[in-house]
Amino acid sequence: MDQGVLYFPSKPAIIASGVVAGPVEKQSVFAADFDMLYDDERADEDTNEKGHQQMAEQACQIALQKAKIKKQDVDFLMSGDLVNQMTPSNFVAATLGAPYIGLFSACATAVSGVIIASLLTELGGSRYALAGAASQHNSIERQFRYPVEYGGQKPGTAQWTVTAAGYVLIAKGQMNSPAIEAATIGKVIDLQQTDPFHMGAAMAPAACDTITRHLKGRGQKLKDYDLVMTGDLGKVGLSILKEMLIKEGMSKQDVMKIRDGGAEYYGDDEAFLAGASGAGCSASVFFSYILKQLHDKKIERVLAVATGALLSPLTVQQNESIPCTAHAIEISMK
Amino acid sequence: MDAKQYEDLQQSLSPKPSILKNCLKAFFVGGIICTIGQLITFFYIANFNFTEKTAGNPTVATMIFISMLLTGFGLYKKIGQFGGAGSAVPVTGFGNAVISAAIEHKTEGFVLGVGGNIFKLAGSVIVFGVVSAFVVALVKLILVTMGVTNW
Repeated sequence: MDQGVLYFPSKPAIIASGVVAGPVEKQSVFAADFDMLYDDERADEDTNEKGHQQMAEQACQIALQKAKIKKQDVDFLMSGDLVNQMTPSNFVAATLGAPYIGLFSACATAVSGVIIASLLTELGGSRYALAGAASQHNSIERQFRYPVEYGGQKPGTAQWTVTAAGYVLIAKGQMNSPAIEAATIGKVIDLQQTDPFHMGAAMAPAACDTITRHLKGRGQKLKDYDLVMTGDLGKVGLSILKEMLIKEGMSKQDVMKIRDGGAEYYGDDEAFLAGASGAGCSASVFFSYILKQLHDKKIERVLAVATGALLSPLTVQQNESIPCTAHAIEISMK
Repeated sequence: MDAKQYEDLQQSLSPKPSILKNCLKAFFVGGIICTIGQLITFFYIANFNFTEKTAGNPTVATMIFISMLLTGFGLYKKIGQFGGAGSAVPVTGFGNAVISAAIEHKTEGFVLGVGGNIFKLAGSVIVFGVVSAFVVALVKLILVTMGVTNW
């Protein structure tokens, strides 16, 4: 088995999911698959951070309701977000009352949570585990960049942080639910990219490494998948990833079929520049659109690769590079 | 692939900002803002007891007031994305930097939030503005003392 590649013989199942998003996300091409859309960016709370928490709680609630499970029955919560010290997730954990570990892999957090929840399920230590992540545009922008109303010009390679939360409920393998067959934990790849307005370029090498390692470890080719989707590389990052995979010797025809949640999120609206990003981006696309496609039997096997840029405003100001990671899960539906 | 090779690959696939287009947009947006400022100056001179020299202060205050409204209604960031330096360099851009920080930090209270963060972005403009004004004044003082020029 290759480094970082995990195989789950019991095939833990995603028995339910909850995806909630903000008002701007109503125009997302994936919006029809979301469970709920708020009319207010702050979800009618006093602060952005409380709105962030409220949205994540709502997503967890919806997942539990769909599975008809009480919150007392949740054995573990694996959650994370991009706010300092992951306070929205911590408050969600307090409300939910389940044993919890806060995770941080930036925008790849949702998938890292699913991997750990699957491992806990595989070990027999968990009946029901919730995993996911969220991001809220205003609270993330203010932390990583400038105030939301500041009139700075962003280049075409910049991305728009989504307001969305996605959580899934993972239980032991069962019929009629998408199964987590395997996963690959990302290495941190740093090719000395320094532009925080061009995260796609920083993250593409991490996605390339994880995809290559996963396929090698599993003895697969790209064409074994009906869908290979990355999280939030954006339009530019996706084209860089494709070029890298072609250079790795993968078939051009298969590489061109790779899709990216961030690149497609807001369609071709130029106001969103290179597309969407944020921890809620991969979480909301993977846990709504992809799961729905699997349930509808339109696709059978998916490789969902969430990418994350592990920077902080401090490292950017100190002229450090942007280290990145990508975690992948292989989901199938029989 | 090493960092150097990757940088080349990344550069070749990333869209380049169109400098000419951005310069033209900045020129027109900045020009329109300054024309509005000039009209306000004329207005103050014509209607109040101001001269060309003293009309500057009320004009700046009015421009910042307009910038504040545009920022509060979420329009200045749109002008900024289009105009770039054209809307950042005039005093309205400075106003936007101050006001956007104030709006942003209102949730942390008036003292530690608004008061503590209002100059988060604009603070360096003030610091370096004051320092360079001091240096320029010092140079002028030396020249006047030496008799090269007078005040």
